[in-house]
Amino acid sequence: MTEIFQLQYALDTFYFLVCGALVMWMAAGFSMLEAGLVRSKNTTEILTKNVALFAVACTMYLVCGYAIMYGGDTFLSGIAGDGVADDWTYAPAADFYFQVVFVATAMSIVSGSVAERMKLWSFLLFAVVMTGYIYPMEGSWTWGGASVFGMYTLGDLGFSDFAGSGIVHMAGASAALAGVILLGARKGKYGANGEVNAIPGANLPMATLGTFILWMGWFGFNGGSVLATASVESANAVAMVFLNTNAAASGGLIAALIVAKLLFGKADLTMALNGALAGLVAITAEPSTPSALQATLFGALGGVLVVFSILTLDKLKLDDPVGAISVHGVVGLLGLLLVPVTNDGSSFSGQLIGAATIFVWVFVTSFIAWYVIKALIGLRVSEEDEANGIDIAECGMEAYPEFTSSKS
Amino acid sequence: MKMVTAIIKPFKLDEVRESLGELGVTGVTVTEVKGFGRQKGHTELYRGAEYVVDFLPKVKVEVALADELVDRAVEAITAAAQTGKIGDGKIFITNTEEVIRIRTGETGAEAI
Repeated sequence: MTEIFQLQYALDTFYFLVCGALVMWMAAGFSMLEAGLVRSKNTTEILTKNVALFAVACTMYLVCGYAIMYGGDTFLSGIAGDGVADDWTYAPAADFYFQVVFVATAMSIVSGSVAERMKLWSFLLFAVVMTGYIYPMEGSWTWGGASVFGMYTLGDLGFSDFAGSGIVHMAGASAALAGVILLGARKGKYGANGEVNAIPGANLPMATLGTFILWMGWFGFNGGSVLATASVESANAVAMVFLNTNAAASGGLIAALIVAKLLFGKADLTMALNGALAGLVAITAEPSTPSALQATLFGALGGVLVVFSILTLDKLKLDDPVGAISVHGVVGLLGLLLVPVTNDGSSFSGQLIGAATIFVWVFVTSFIAWYVIKALIGLRVSEEDEANGIDIAECGMEAYPEFTSSKS
Repeated sequence: MKMVTAIIKPFKLDEVRESLGELGVTGVTVTEVKGFGRQKGHTELYRGAEYVVDFLPKVKVEVALADELVDRAVEAITAAAQTGKIGDGKIFITNTEEVIRIRTGETGAEAI
């Protein structure tokens, strides 16, 4: 083993781990975004969901998720050894770490959509199924390279999803959509005569901070997906991915801000935030081959689409307090379909089949899982608990307690 | 003794406090309140959905005063809080039977 290889191995492993830590930080971004866009009476519960789902995802991926997706040992045995045998330039444990934070990201997408009305423990039960089985299965067909129940192999059909517009984001949104359909809208969101009522978020500084954290974490999400940085070629690729990721987020934000201004007459901050995230999701399927101009335009396309998608979902009475189904699902599909524009190695038919495979699998299995949970323990808190806020009902504490007494 | 309760525009609070201070008023109680009068509410959009702001934010200033100060206090509040536009608020004057300073037990005008 030459010294130069050892250096490459160390550098790639180090890069992988740092990118994984950046993606881990996206959990903080989702927490803040969601806490900002719900009402203050549901803050503690949404924060509890976010921290707990992260821990559940990390544990379930160790228990069986990684093994289903890539093979290997189960039940918390961990991943050890060096990657040289597998012709890698990074440590296998670093690969596990980088993969596990993606699972948590997919699950984080779900929590925002079902916010303000779902029971905490029903959600966490679903998180176990999603991160331990549903996500790893579709992951095995895509990044894992396995065939879909022996029928076809997505890679052979020209399917390509660089960092997971479909595999992570659209998958999370598909699970969220199934949950929202079975759960129903928040009380008061839709009127009897078809009117759509606004339920403004409690803390927009927090939502903005969350978006910035996600934007930052996305450099790890997309940048780390190059899987290496210790050569001129891979270093250039990493730099281009960073550049394009940033460009797409900017394009998405500008586009959504302008569309909101034109449609509503005022600059809706929450739409602008969703626009930045839509730009990021749109570029995630292929951040390495577009030019900076293309990346900006792809992001902008996502930013326009997300605003109309949010309005359409409201017309369909699918209540998504944070817009996660639009940002990650609708724009995730857009991201997949944009890949063949700049990447000759993929095809539109392959992207469509891949998108359909992911959606059908995740939606159907999630629907079944939500349905079973609903039958067993119910999905929704009582009407009274919803009105009072689920902080007290589920967690027994408010985010901002006042008039408390220390007397027992 | 009277209790003067003024509902004013929030951004006028500092001016009202200063003008009352100039009269020698030593204490006021301030509450953030919401309500509507002739101004009514207004409609806003959040993520493309309408919501009606029925109750507008105002500040309620409560001052307990000896009878002889009431007219000047009302003048001071009116002068400081007036913008001439709709929504400037109102002043209510009620009788106050008794005032007690908790620290010393003083009562009546002495306690104000």
